[in-house]
Amino acid sequence: MSATATRNFEEFLEAHLGQELLRFTTAGSVDDGKSTLIGRLLHDTKSVYEDQLAAVKNSRVNRAANGHVDLSLLTDGLKAEREQGITIDVAYRYFSTSRRKFIIADTPGHEQYTRNMATGASTADVAVVLIDAKAYLREGKLLPQSRRHTYIASLLGIPHVVAAVNKMDLVDYAESTFTAIRSEFVEFATKLGLKSVTMIPVSALEGDNVVSPSTKMPWYDGPTLLEFLETVPLATSDHSGPLRFPVQLVVRPDANFRGFAGQVARGILRQGERVMALPSKKETTVKKIVTWDGDLEVAAPPQSVTVELEDEIDLSRGEMLVRAGDEAALPKVTRRLRAMVVWMHEEPLVVGRTYLAKHTTRSVRATVKAIRYRVDVNSLEHMQADHLAMNEIAEVELETNLPLFFDTYAENRTTGSLILIDGLTNATVGAGMIAGAVSTEGGHGSQAALVVVAGRADLAERLRDALEARGQRAVLVDDALIPDHALTAVVRALDMADITAITARQLGADVLATLVDATQGFAEGGVVVGDGLPEDEILRLAGVRI
Amino acid sequence: MTQTVALESDTILTPARLNHLQALEAESIAILREAVAEFARPVMLYSIGKDSSVMLRLAQKAFYPGKIPFPLLHIDTSYKFPEMIAFRDAYTKEIGAELIVHRNEEAIAAGANPVTLGTQNCCGLLKTRSLLDGLAEGGFDAAFGGARRDEEKSRAKERVYSFRDGAGQWDPKNQRPELWGLYNSRLRKGESIRVFPLSNWTELDIWLYLYAEKIPIVPLYFAQERPLVIRGGQLMPYHEGMKLLPGEELRTEKVRMRSLGCMPCTGAIRSEADTLPKIIEELLQFRRSERENRAIDHDEEGSMETKKREGYF
Ligand SMILES: Nc1nc2c(ncn2[C@@H]2O[C@H](COP(=O)(O)OP(=O)(O)O)[C@@H](O)[C@H]2O)c(=O)[nH]1
Repeated sequence: MSATATRNFEEFLEAHLGQELLRFTTAGSVDDGKSTLIGRLLHDTKSVYEDQLAAVKNSRVNRAANGHVDLSLLTDGLKAEREQGITIDVAYRYFSTSRRKFIIADTPGHEQYTRNMATGASTADVAVVLIDAKAYLREGKLLPQSRRHTYIASLLGIPHVVAAVNKMDLVDYAESTFTAIRSEFVEFATKLGLKSVTMIPVSALEGDNVVSPSTKMPWYDGPTLLEFLETVPLATSDHSGPLRFPVQLVVRPDANFRGFAGQVARGILRQGERVMALPSKKETTVKKIVTWDGDLEVAAPPQSVTVELEDEIDLSRGEMLVRAGDEAALPKVTRRLRAMVVWMHEEPLVVGRTYLAKHTTRSVRATVKAIRYRVDVNSLEHMQADHLAMNEIAEVELETNLPLFFDTYAENRTTGSLILIDGLTNATVGAGMIAGAVSTEGGHGSQAALVVVAGRADLAERLRDALEARGQRAVLVDDALIPDHALTAVVRALDMADITAITARQLGADVLATLVDATQGFAEGGVVVGDGLPEDEILRLAGVRI
Repeated sequence: MTQTVALESDTILTPARLNHLQALEAESIAILREAVAEFARPVMLYSIGKDSSVMLRLAQKAFYPGKIPFPLLHIDTSYKFPEMIAFRDAYTKEIGAELIVHRNEEAIAAGANPVTLGTQNCCGLLKTRSLLDGLAEGGFDAAFGGARRDEEKSRAKERVYSFRDGAGQWDPKNQRPELWGLYNSRLRKGESIRVFPLSNWTELDIWLYLYAEKIPIVPLYFAQERPLVIRGGQLMPYHEGMKLLPGEELRTEKVRMRSLGCMPCTGAIRSEADTLPKIIEELLQFRRSERENRAIDHDEEGSMETKKREGYF
C-alpha cells in the first residue's frame, strides 16, 4: 500500500472508503502449498506486520526450499496444530490492496476436509483450488482430491473457481504441463456445470504470478492471481430475483413505531411497493425503509434495514416479506423438501431421526425421511446409503413440523440454505443446500392434491398422462365405487403417497368447499379447479413446470 | 453509511453496490440482531477502546429507532487510564446506554498488580476472573465482544459465536461450524456464547469507520506531548502514583496509544498523528501488530491462546 506516495491523503482515504469486499476460499490437500500461497499473497501485498515477519524469520521451523523464508508460518494458528504440524480448521485472513478488501477463508486439507471446505466456501465469491503441478506429473492425472475440492466448490455455489497450478518451479515452468492440467481440469469443471473457471500457473514459493507477473513463464499472458482477485466481477444475481426479506426482529420502541428488522436476502425492497407476508399471505405496502442514517427508497442484499408497513398485519421473527402480486415469484412453501446435506459430526445422520433446522431466521424441527443417494466425493458416483458419516454428502429428504419458505440454493444462497442442529447436544451437525420440494421436481409452488376438471373426462386423462410424463404420479378417482363424500379421505390417502388425484366429476359447491377446506391441512398442495382454464395453466397449478 | 444512486434511465431506483465498510456494517448489524432475537439475556462487553466504540455505534444502528436493548458491561481493573473512565461515563450517558461496571474488589483490595503477580496472574484475577464473575452475576447467556480475527493468530479461527462451557472456557477443538449467516445459539444451562460482531473487521477498517462515521474516541489515541518513562523498552505514560524505578527519569514526548489497556502494561508509541486521517496514514506506513505494545501477549508464545482457554476474550 503506497500511502506515503499519495500526495493528497484525504483523496486516498475517499478511494479506500469506496473499496469493494471480496471473500474467497482456498482449497487444496496437505502440502499442495496453500499456506505458502496465502503467506505469499499477504507478504507481497505488504499486509504482514514487521514483528510477525520477524517472528517467522526467527522460527526454528522452516520447511521452505532454497533458503526461502517459510511464508506458510504466517498463517499457522493454534498451538495444537503447531505441535502436530497440521492445521485443523477454518481460519480467516484479511488483506487489502488499493482496489479491494479481501477476506480469505483458509481451509487447510486433511481428513476433515469436506466439512471445513464447505464452511469456508459457504460465503465465498471465489474459490482458489490448488493443484500441485509436480504431483500431476507424477500421477499423470488430476489427483482425486483436486476433483473433490472442485466438486465442493460447485456444490456450495461459488460463482468463480480459479485453479492455481502451483509448484511450477518444480516442473521447469513448462507450458506443456500447464496445458495438460488445464484441459483435464476444464473438462471436469464443465461436467460439474461450473460457470466461471480460470487457470493460473504459479509458484507460491518463488512468487511467480501470485502478486507479480512471472518472468519465467513468458508463454502465459493471463492475469496474476492477485490481478484476477482484484478485477473479477462480483455477482449481483441476488439483486435481480424477487424480494425475500426474512424478519429477524420486531422493533417496537413505543406505541407509534412497529418495524421489522432484517437483512434483505434477495431482490430489491422498495418503499411504496406491495409486499406479502408469509405464511399469513396478507398483503400490505412498504411505508418506510428505516435506518439510523435516514430512510431509504430502496434496499438490496446484503443491507440490514428496518421496514415499516402501511397496515397492522401479523408478522414476526421467522416469517418473511416477499413481493406481492406475482404467484410465480413466490418462494416455495412446503414441509417436505430435498437438500444436499454435508454431514459435519462424528455421530452419523440416520434416517428417521429428527433434528432442529435453522433456515433464514426460522427454526423448525426436521425429520430425515430418506437418503436419496450419497455422493462419493472422489468418483462423484451416486451410492445407496442409510446413514451419513462425517464429511459425507447426500441428497436427503426432510420433513419439517412447520412449512419453510425457500428458494433453491441455486437460486439464492441465503433462502436456499439451512443448518441442522442436534437437539440433545446442540451441536451443529449438518449443512443443507435446498434442491427443491419433494415430489415436485423443481416445479413452481407445491404439487396439487386434487385437480378438478368438471365434465371433461378426456382432459382428465390427458392431464394424468402429462403429469406422469413429467415424473408426477397421478390417478383418476372417477370410479363409481368412490362416493363424493368419501373423496376427501381418498385424496388424502393418495396425497400421503405423493399421488395427485384427478377427477372429471361434477361436484356440488358444498362438497368442493369441504374438500378445499380439508386439503388445507395436507402437507402440500390443495385443490385446482380447472374450470375454464387452459390446459397449460392447469398443469402449472398442479405443480408441473412447463 | 448507506447511499443510493439512480442507475437506470427510468425512475426506478437501484441501490448502489455496497462498499466494504457498508458490507461489514450490514453483516455486523445482522449478527447483533440475531443474537438479541435468540438469547435470553445478552450484554455487551464495553472496553472503552476504539473497537468498542465501533461496536456501540453498530448497536445503535441495529436497533434504531429503538434503544440498545441490552446493558454494557465494563470490567474495571482499577488500572485504567483516568481519561478512559471519564470518556466511558460521559459517552454512555450521552447516548443513553445502561452501563454496568464490574471490579474484582477483593483482588483490588489485596493489592493485585502486574509487578508482584506477573502480568498473566494479574490479568487472570482482574480481567478474566472479574469478567466471569460479572457475567455470572448478571445471569448473561451471551456477551458481545469487540475482538477481531485479524488481531492475533489464535483469533483467526475464532467463530462469530464462540461457545463457552459452564466455566466460561473456550475449547478450540469443540467449536461449532459456522456456515452462511446461520448461527447456532442453542445452549444448556450455565453455558454461554461470546458473540463477535466485528470478527471480519481489520484494524484499518475500524479506523476508516471511525473516520467515516465521526465516532468519538478516547483522546489517548491522539498524539500529544505526554509525560512518560521508558521501561523495558516501552514508553509508559506517567500517571499519578506511578513509582519511578532506579535509573528511570520522567521525560515528555509526543506520543499516542495504539490500543488501550491497563496503565502498567500498555505502552505508547512516538507519533505525530493527532487526527484520524493522520492515524490512518501512520497505520499504513509502519506495520506493527497493535498488541505488540501490550506486555501481556509477549510473556510466552501463544499466551493469548492460553488466556482464551481460561475464559478471557
Ligand atoms: N518448490 C516449491 N515448493 C513449494 C511451493 N509452494 C509450497 N511449497 C512447499 O511445499 C510444502 C508444503 O507447503 P504448505 O504451504 O505448507 O502446504 P499446505 O499444506 O497446502 O498449506 C512446503 O515445504 C513448501 O515450502 C512452490 O511453489 N514451489
